[in-house]
Amino acid sequence: MLVSTEWLKDYVNIDGIPAPELAESITRSGIEVDAIINRSQGMTNVVVGHVLECVQHPDADKLNVCQVDIGAETSQIVCGAPNVSKGQKVIVAKSGAVLPGGFEIKQAKLRGVESNGMICSLQELGIEGRLVPKEYAEGIYVLPEDAVVGSNALKILELDDTVLEFDLTPNRSDALSMLGVAYEVGAILSQEVKLPEIAYEESAEKAEDVLKLRIDAKDENPMYVAKVVKNVKIAESPLWLQNRLMASGIRPHNNVVDITNFILLEYGQPLHAFDYDRLVTGEIVVRLAEEGEKITTLDEAERTLKSHQLVITNGAEPVAIAGVMGGANSEVHDGTTTVVIESAYFTPATVRRTSKEHGLHSDASTRFEKGVDPERVVAAAERAAQLIAELADGEVLAGSVMIDELDKTPVQITISPDYINSRLGMKISLEDMLSILERLKFPTEAINGQLVIDAPTRRQDIRIKEDIIEEIARMYGYDNIPMTLPITESNPGGLTPYQKKRRTVKAFLEGAGLYETLTYSLTSAKEAQTYALETAPVTNLLMPISEERSTLRQSIIPHLLEVATYNVARRNESVGFYEISSVFLDEEEDGLPKETAHVASVITGNWVDHAWQADTKKVDFFVLKGIVEGLMDSLGLVDELTFEQAVLEGMHPGRTANIYHGNKRIGFIGQIHPTEQNKRDLKETYVMEMNLDKILSIETEELLYVPVPRHPSISRDIALVVSSDTSAGALEDVIRRAGGELLTGVKLFDLYEGDNVESGKKSVAFSLKYQDPERTLTDEEVVKAHEKVLAALTSEAGAQLRG
Amino acid sequence: MEQQLNELKEQALAKIQEATNVKELNEVRVAYLGRKGPITDALKGMGKLPAEERPKMGALVNVIRATVTEVLEERMAKLEEDAINEQLEKESIDVTLPGRPARTGNHHPLTRVVEEIEDFFISMGYEVAEGPEVEKDYYNFEALNLPKGHPARDMQDSFYISEDILLRTHTSPVQARTMEAKGGAPIKIICPGKVYRRDSDDATHSHQFTQIEGLVIGDDIRMSDLKGTLSLFAKKMFGDDREIRLRPSFFPFTEPSVEMDISCFKCGGDGCNVCKKTGWIEILGAGMVHPNVLEMAGYDPSVVTGFAFGMGPERIAMLKYGVEDIRHFYTNDVRFVSQFHRTEA
Repeated sequence: MLVSTEWLKDYVNIDGIPAPELAESITRSGIEVDAIINRSQGMTNVVVGHVLECVQHPDADKLNVCQVDIGAETSQIVCGAPNVSKGQKVIVAKSGAVLPGGFEIKQAKLRGVESNGMICSLQELGIEGRLVPKEYAEGIYVLPEDAVVGSNALKILELDDTVLEFDLTPNRSDALSMLGVAYEVGAILSQEVKLPEIAYEESAEKAEDVLKLRIDAKDENPMYVAKVVKNVKIAESPLWLQNRLMASGIRPHNNVVDITNFILLEYGQPLHAFDYDRLVTGEIVVRLAEEGEKITTLDEAERTLKSHQLVITNGAEPVAIAGVMGGANSEVHDGTTTVVIESAYFTPATVRRTSKEHGLHSDASTRFEKGVDPERVVAAAERAAQLIAELADGEVLAGSVMIDELDKTPVQITISPDYINSRLGMKISLEDMLSILERLKFPTEAINGQLVIDAPTRRQDIRIKEDIIEEIARMYGYDNIPMTLPITESNPGGLTPYQKKRRTVKAFLEGAGLYETLTYSLTSAKEAQTYALETAPVTNLLMPISEERSTLRQSIIPHLLEVATYNVARRNESVGFYEISSVFLDEEEDGLPKETAHVASVITGNWVDHAWQADTKKVDFFVLKGIVEGLMDSLGLVDELTFEQAVLEGMHPGRTANIYHGNKRIGFIGQIHPTEQNKRDLKETYVMEMNLDKILSIETEELLYVPVPRHPSISRDIALVVSSDTSAGALEDVIRRAGGELLTGVKLFDLYEGDNVESGKKSVAFSLKYQDPERTLTDEEVVKAHEKVLAALTSEAGAQLRG
Repeated sequence: MEQQLNELKEQALAKIQEATNVKELNEVRVAYLGRKGPITDALKGMGKLPAEERPKMGALVNVIRATVTEVLEERMAKLEEDAINEQLEKESIDVTLPGRPARTGNHHPLTRVVEEIEDFFISMGYEVAEGPEVEKDYYNFEALNLPKGHPARDMQDSFYISEDILLRTHTSPVQARTMEAKGGAPIKIICPGKVYRRDSDDATHSHQFTQIEGLVIGDDIRMSDLKGTLSLFAKKMFGDDREIRLRPSFFPFTEPSVEMDISCFKCGGDGCNVCKKTGWIEILGAGMVHPNVLEMAGYDPSVVTGFAFGMGPERIAMLKYGVEDIRHFYTNDVRFVSQFHRTEA
């Protein structure tokens, strides 16, 4: 909503209050002023001129040389506008004038002819092209005959106005009218509101004698008023009217249409003007459309109607889509002599639905959708009749044609001052409350210590006690609310065990060298299941913005790979990331897809990069495996953690493992398949993804201290030659089983394949630690235990002992 | 004999001075003081001397041995010190060479902001509540006083999965669910999470973003409690000298509704680019829980009241750290993410 402060002065006294101060007061008490628009935009030296002479430029077909009386002198101005002609009153930017954007007008020679100044179009004065009346859209603007030569043109055009742009919240539709704004400003400034005085002469002929009205859909249209005005002379509106429309963002058309728009802005009541003769039947019937019925609207578009859409008809065919847009067939045009002014109450829901279905959002529909003030329906029609009589020489027929079944009973709210104060935590006196309600013009009575308030119908947002609390508080000033803290049952607050563990996971992974990412949950249908730990039917959006973001993901890895590719392409070749996010499996869970938190990671490039000490190490499987092991250890879950070689789609078949806790598969880890790496412009890249919810739901034992051994341990190293396909894990299993209780540590410390080792074999070395917490072991005990291990390795794993 | 011994002493002392390192000096020690050395020999040869000469000669040998030993030890100490100095010289390094970096990562900036907010409210006795990102229309809209066809739904273009299921457009459904689950009991929660709106991504819009909301429900919770809570929060989050101001606003689920501004933390309120010359920065929306919302969740609004507030970690991070484009948060350029590393405490 654009609010011209010049116009606002017609209804409320704001004299002496600078626009920024006014804007601040309005913002602080409830309506955000988004912008303060200075319409003059720094313009100077723009005056009214009279074109005394206009002849074609000797050397240019499209230029005219004009002699323009600008008051004190006559200037020669070369003008390129096609519509300039002798006798016009025009806008002249004198030599030395400044136009919007700091554009300065200088004396110049145009094709050899001197030009002192410029005859201006409205666009050149900073008015948007879409607001300039059509007849002047391609040329200069022509001022009325009575404009005083040499006077300030900005004044005549009201370009010295300041406009406030309101950012209205959906509840404050009352401020979609100048009168509504006046009530708000009046309440803030403690000023009275001056309503327009409506008075005009009626002719003897009665409206009801020439127009019949019937409503067949009173649920959708409980109130309809029509006025008939004869002998109307369609013409250009007076300048003041055009100015106000343009200041408010509406393009002037002709006097009748402009008047309806003016009243829409003044009262917030949309009106429609029909050409009476083009209605043909002398009848208006409001009804629901027939399914498939057609109408060509004012914008020349043919629209097909649905059976729940409300239309105005002449009894035979639609002449307007109610509250949304008029029909071309009954439009007021230059030759119109009799007009029918419609002022009605169409229910918000019906207009909202219809305007949405047709994609037509007009100034009218916006207001109907929010609910217009029932008390202004008649007043607006009367005001229109008055202005058409004044500005278009019309003769208003007596009375109106009206059907009114609209309930206009105001909402009554009873509330006690104590209740208000207890909700606010304040001590506002009854007198102050009454004074605020008086400023707001809310009719109020204090009965038995209770406030009984009739909410004005213009304030459709005032419905319940809390609305009154808000009105009182905002007018009293939110700055005056004290600061206290809630008094509630004492509660320690805090994180749930799950949330605590999730923070542990983040802390561990970051300590291990990974940066946290946040990527999108939505992905393409194609990638939704790529690298998914488990798949289920996918969840698709009904109306995605793009294919790229159409489906909820079942794996985090594809987006982490995207992040890796993005970074590598920007020469950050060595990166490690992790993310904790939900994946979405469309297995119904209480009617919703199942959301499971996963943790995933990607690493690529160098893991250790300390080049000047010649210590650079590429990422590999074991870097990421070490992180997984460390993570599980930090959660107390490492004991039952195992990795099992796996072949998974898109993964390197020899470098991928499923991750198990006990016998539960909790995730996988491995290298991206080289073909996939190439596709994604990545070098060797490792990923893992685990089901975090599953991991964090595993119960762990209490953390209890184990005594630090006081007796020394004894180490024995073993070097073995085994078949290449014997896994280290299997050897370790054999060692641990055979070692018995005394064996407290097994550590693989060497692995070799190649020269000096028979082909198909590898050499593996372990360091074993024997210890008894209670005493120092004797050599014999160690030898005995160790020999068991060696025997088991030979017999169970076919190992040969070396050296 | 005496002369011989004195010559031997002079010889030994000369050798000691000639030795240039510990090894040579040890050879000198062995040569003169060792079991097969001349001084030991001289002592062994005492027996052959006449008895009356023995004490004198014995004393002389002992004096010579003591002298040689003393000088040798002195020399040894000096040579050892030289050796250490030489080693230290050799081991000296250029301390300006780069250290071995400790490989580490850090929180995403939004997590950082969210945890900071969570921790403040946890310290005030709040719990952290979470809920599904794919949500029922009922919890996302209807339970929050946004019935089907409500005009305010225009404000929130949503990603629907089906007519009744959508990606949540705010974290408020967690509040609705918590209220329903608590069955009339008091509540103090903070709800962080991802939310989604049907926006095209640009510098200020993201189809996915985060929110954190708070909700307090109890007997006689007042609007002054909301103001006091938010003021403490603003000071904790943006600095002790922050002022707050409330402006009336509108949200369907609160009445009265407010927006909260804080005095600009960059200019202190004088006006700068951060606050667009106003001295104030809009931080969050809040209000007293609408009676319809309470009623729908099974609370009696004539007895129980509450307040709610909500804010966008993206906006807070953008303001706090001067980030100009919301897309940075979802691109995850390591040069961006790794900047949110150091403590601010």
